[in-house]
Amino acid sequence: MSDLITVDLVELDLPGQDRKAATAALANRLAKEGRVTDVEGFLADVRAREEQLPTGIEGGIGIPHARSAHVTTPSLAFGRCADGVDFGASDGPADLVFLIAAPDGEGAEHMTILASLARRLVHDSFKNALRTAPTPDAVVTLIEKEVLGR
Amino acid sequence: MKLVAVTSCPTGIAHTYMAAEALEQAAEAAGHEIAVETQGAAGATALTAEQIAAADAVVFAADVDVRDKERFEGKPTVTGSVKRAINDAAGLITEAVDASKNASKHAAPASPPPARAQNVALGFGSRLRQWLMTGVSYMIPFVAAGGILIALSFVIGGAEIAVMVDGGTFQGTEYPGVASLSDLFSEAGIAGVMYKIGSLAFEMLVPILAGFIAFGMADRMGIAPGVVGGLIAVEIEAGFLGGLVAGLLAGAVTMALKQIKVPRGVSGIMPVVVIPLLSVFVVGFIMIVVAGGPIASVQSALTGWLGGLAGVNAVLLGALLGAMMGFDLGGPVNKVAYLFGTAALASSNLTVMAAVMAAGMVPPLGLALATVIRRKLFSQQERQAGEAAWLLGLSFITEGAIPFAAADPLRVIPSTVVGGAAAGATSMAVGSTLMAPHGGIWVIGLIGNPLGYLLAIVVGSAVTCGVVVAAKHVGRSPAETSPQAEASTRQAVAA
Repeated sequence: MSDLITVDLVELDLPGQDRKAATAALANRLAKEGRVTDVEGFLADVRAREEQLPTGIEGGIGIPHARSAHVTTPSLAFGRCADGVDFGASDGPADLVFLIAAPDGEGAEHMTILASLARRLVHDSFKNALRTAPTPDAVVTLIEKEVLGR
Repeated sequence: MKLVAVTSCPTGIAHTYMAAEALEQAAEAAGHEIAVETQGAAGATALTAEQIAAADAVVFAADVDVRDKERFEGKPTVTGSVKRAINDAAGLITEAVDASKNASKHAAPASPPPARAQNVALGFGSRLRQWLMTGVSYMIPFVAAGGILIALSFVIGGAEIAVMVDGGTFQGTEYPGVASLSDLFSEAGIAGVMYKIGSLAFEMLVPILAGFIAFGMADRMGIAPGVVGGLIAVEIEAGFLGGLVAGLLAGAVTMALKQIKVPRGVSGIMPVVVIPLLSVFVVGFIMIVVAGGPIASVQSALTGWLGGLAGVNAVLLGALLGAMMGFDLGGPVNKVAYLFGTAALASSNLTVMAAVMAAGMVPPLGLALATVIRRKLFSQQERQAGEAAWLLGLSFITEGAIPFAAADPLRVIPSTVVGGAAAGATSMAVGSTLMAPHGGIWVIGLIGNPLGYLLAIVVGSAVTCGVVVAAKHVGRSPAETSPQAEASTRQAVAA
């Protein structure tokens, strides 16, 4: 299985304010890597999920995500945004954005990796380390260590 | 304090797990034990019956329905959104602890933990029962809505409403039936419309039952083969027993297909195309080719056999027909007996029809009675099904008993068979007659010797009730006993 996240899927300076623009910027990175076949279709799936219930979580986290037929490989694109992007959390905009892309269907092993990623996201130490990581490389190393245990 | 929790969100890849992690952290920080079932896309590791039994309180952190909620029946429960669990897990844990304290304040003095050793893993029997209960719980609304609509249509439009809509003969009058739904309201009135809606809801009983049994076994991928298998069970007149088979088959096939390891290039299309295609085809093929033939030949053999019994003792014939009516509650055997009754009616033998209808009214009535006099033997859902079953039984809608029979066939079917036989025999013995093919209590004016007929129903219902209550005490493992029943036995032991 290819890696959940690579340095090309990390954007330390996301455009601020607009949820759509921020999500699209990350989705385009996924598409460039061939992990998403149809950016528009994938973004529509993400929007559909976002409309059901906003994905923002207190503590500056936005987790746009979808299971979509346009995804080939389970992937995480990570963005940091100094200005903050509103993901509908009750305490204001998010400065950490995690775009999770999962292939349609269920039951496969990769879902457990996404599950353990999600579990890490509630740990303050993990979030703070992501906020201070100096380079995309550091972000990837951190996530691989925390989520995949390697 | 021991807690259990279920987390569940729309997509099942992010918030479900975040909520679980947050709850685990908060519980640990507050010095409690917690076990969390994440109903997400990675597949749920179910809480064991022991974990649930030992829990002092239950936390539901869910934005979509919690699956198999009935497992937690009787436990103090707090419910919150998934986000609440992530943002304020400590608050939810505190509420759960409070709920548990309040509950034990109101409940009887704390009962001692059961002394007997609990089996560790959920046995196959308990899992089977859970699967069946999942199917039944999704089916019950269809039984209630469809059955009550049909019953009301008889009350409003008279028992002839069925033949007015479907076509046929009633009391010597030939009805052509309503050909087009757009004419239904003008030709058959509101009663006709209600009858039609109710009938269509009833056609979904078996597909929904089968589909959600398979869902209980194999998650979402099970629904398609289960529903299609159920539709075929309807088509081949296999009744709810056919639906049980279709559902279990679909669940097993889907579970097996999900096990297959394929190269990564193909794995993307497995859940989208391959598993649905193969599971639906395999289940459909088995239902049509393997199951369809034998059912049809059993039906024709039974029909021929009944026809050869012309000279047999009337009470015996009544008992036999009654037993058949109660056997599969609208399934193939029931249909043979019912058609035998209507054929007799057409040749002016009115006692047979009376026996058949009496026996068909008994299963829902007897089981409804059992839920009232022995509440604790039934789950809350079964008790609710029991409330609707009174009206359905009185209206000769035998299907009202299916929720009970599908959830626990080995204990319930004997009771409906014996009760049906008792009703059929009694009706024959007192010589009741009936001039209509259906209608239940609403055609009492067409029943000869109505008091004798009512006696037959009372006798049959009492027998069904007695047998099912006795059977429910036989061979139950602790995990199968409903929480209330277990609590009450424990208190009895303590006292």
